[in-house]
Amino acid sequence: MPPPFVVIVRLVLGAAVLLLAVGPWFLGVAELKLLTEFFCLLVLALMWNLLAGYADIVTVGQHAFVGVGAYGFYGFAVLGGVNPYTAILLAGMVALLFALPAMAVVFRLRAAYLAVGTWVVAETLMLLAGKLTDFGGGSGVSLPVAVVKVFGSRAEERYATIYWMAFALAIIAFASIYLLLRSRIGLGLTAMRDDEEAAGSVGVNLTRTRILCFLGAAPFLGLAGALITLQKLRVAPQASFSITDWTVFIIFIVVIGGIGSLEGPIIGTILFIALREYLAGLGTWHLIILGTISIVIILTEKRGLWGLIRRVWPVELFPTSHINAQLERGSRSRWKSQSTL
Amino acid sequence: MGAFANQIVQGILLGGLYALFAMGLSLSVGVMRFVNIAHGDFIVLASFLLLSLTTALGISPFLALLLILPFAFIAGFALQRILLQRVTGAGVLPVILVTFGLSIIIQNGLLEAYGADTRKISGGALETATLTVGAGISIGVLPLLIFGTAIAMVTALDGLLYRTRIGAKIRAVTDDVAAADLIGLPSARIYAIAMAIIFATVAVAACFTAVRTNFDPAYGPSRLLIAFEAVVLGGLGSLWGTLAGGILLGVAQSIGAQFDAAWQMLAGHLLFLLVLVLRPQGLFPKS
Repeated sequence: MPPPFVVIVRLVLGAAVLLLAVGPWFLGVAELKLLTEFFCLLVLALMWNLLAGYADIVTVGQHAFVGVGAYGFYGFAVLGGVNPYTAILLAGMVALLFALPAMAVVFRLRAAYLAVGTWVVAETLMLLAGKLTDFGGGSGVSLPVAVVKVFGSRAEERYATIYWMAFALAIIAFASIYLLLRSRIGLGLTAMRDDEEAAGSVGVNLTRTRILCFLGAAPFLGLAGALITLQKLRVAPQASFSITDWTVFIIFIVVIGGIGSLEGPIIGTILFIALREYLAGLGTWHLIILGTISIVIILTEKRGLWGLIRRVWPVELFPTSHINAQLERGSRSRWKSQSTL
Repeated sequence: MGAFANQIVQGILLGGLYALFAMGLSLSVGVMRFVNIAHGDFIVLASFLLLSLTTALGISPFLALLLILPFAFIAGFALQRILLQRVTGAGVLPVILVTFGLSIIIQNGLLEAYGADTRKISGGALETATLTVGAGISIGVLPLLIFGTAIAMVTALDGLLYRTRIGAKIRAVTDDVAAADLIGLPSARIYAIAMAIIFATVAVAACFTAVRTNFDPAYGPSRLLIAFEAVVLGGLGSLWGTLAGGILLGVAQSIGAQFDAAWQMLAGHLLFLLVLVLRPQGLFPKS
C-alpha cells in the first residue's frame, strides 16, 4: 500500500474529478467558463510538459498549433459547412497535418536553436493566417450564430456542452500521457528526462520518441484551440495565435508547478488561475511577478513546487516511475515480514 | 529595373542593421553555446535608456551611446556572473527558461515604466541626408553609416576573438570548459567578459535601431527572431556569416515590403525556413 497521505490525496482527486464530471448540474455560467478555461490550459500545460519536460523539445511555438486548430475549426464549420462537432475533431487533424512539415523544419535544429525555430514557425503561421481573407484577414472574424447554436440554443446549455468537451479533452490528454509514461516508450522518456546521452547509449531511440511526442501533442493542441474558439466565439491572428496566452503562460504554469512530472502541470494550472484572480488588478506586474517566480524556481528547485513538496513527502500521486513501484513492493514485503514477527 | 535595383540596395543596407542585432547573439551562440531568448528585449531596453538620456540631457544619441557603453559592459558582466553563470552548462532547459523569464520581465517592466507608445530617437540632420548614386538609387547617409558600423564591428570582433589573448582564452573556454579549467583559466570570469562584450554590441545595436526605426516595449521578440535568423542563415559561429545572413534577410524583407508590411516580415521568415530545409548548416558555415 502507498502511504496513507497519498491514498487520501488520490481519493480527494478522484472525488473532485467525479464532481467536475457533473459540474454543469450545479455550477453557474461564470464558473463553467472559468473551469472550461482551466481544462484547456491544463491540456496545453500537459502537452508542453511532455515535450519540454520529457522529450527535450523545448518549444516556444506551441501557440502555432492552438491557432491552427482554431482556424481549422472555423474553416470546416463555417466555410466548409461541416457539422461543428465533426469540425472540432477535424481541427485536431489539421493541427497534426501542420505538425508534419513543422517537424521537418524545426527538427533540423537542436536544443536552444529548436526553441527559437518553433517560434519562427509560429510567427510565420500567424502572419499567413492574417493573409486569409476568408477568415477575416488581419482583424479576424466572429463565429456565425447558427454555428454557435448547434452547441445549445440557450447560453447555459451551450456552456455546459463546451464544458463537457473540454473536460473530456483534459481527461483524455491526461490519461494518454499517463499511459504513455507507464509504457515502454515512457520508460525511455523518463530516462531522456534524467539524462539524454545515457538514455541514448542504453538503446532508447531518441529520434523516434521525439517524433512520437511532437506529433502526438499537436492534435491535442489543435482540439484545445477549437474549444477555445468556441469559448471566445472568434478567430483572429493575434488572439488565436497568442504567444502570451498559449505559450508564455503555459511555460510559467509548468515551470512553477513542476516540470518533468504529471502532478506539476495540474498544480501549476490551479495556482495560475487562482493567482490570476488575485493579481488581475496588477496589470503588467502580474507577468513580472510570474517571470520572477519562475526564474527563482529554476535556480532553486528545478522540479518546481511539486519538487519542493517531494522533498518533504517523496511520493508519487500518479506512479509513472518503475523504480518507485519496486521500492514500494520492497517496503511492503518488509512491512509484511515485520508484521508476522 | 532601377526601382528593383533600388530595393536591393536598400535591402542590403537594412541588412547592416540586422547584422548589428545579430552580432551579440552570434557571439553568445558561438561562445556560450546558448541562445539568449531575452536578446531582443535587451536591445529594446537599451534603446529606452538611450531615449531617456537624450531627452534628459538634450544630447545626441551617439554621445549618449558613448556614455552608456561602460555601463552596458558592466551590466553584461554582472548578469553573467550573478545569474546566467548558474545555468551555463547545466543543459538547455534552464538557460532557455531563465532568459525567457528575463524577456517577459523586461517587456512588462518597460511597459510599466514607459507605456505602450511607439518611440523613436531623433538623429537630427543625419536622418534625412542622402547621397544620390544615379539610376534612381539614392542612399541614406544613416543606413550607410549603420552598414559601415556593422562591417567595422565584425572586423573588430573577429580580430578580438582570433588575434588577442582574451580572444584565445574565450575560444579555449568555448572549445572545452573542463580542459580550460584544468589549465587554470578562470572560465566563469571569461564567460562574464564575453557577455560584457556582447552587451556592448547590444548597446550599439540599440542606438542605431532607435534612430533608424520605431520601437515599443513589445519589439524585443521580433528583434530576437531577426537576429536568430541571421545567425542561423549565416552558419552558427561565423561572424562574417552572420553579416551575410543579415544582408540576405534585409534583401528578402525589402522585396516582400513591395506588397505590404506583413509580407515584409513573412519574406524574411520564409527565406529562413527554406534555407533551414535545404541547407541546415547555414549558407556560410565555419569549416
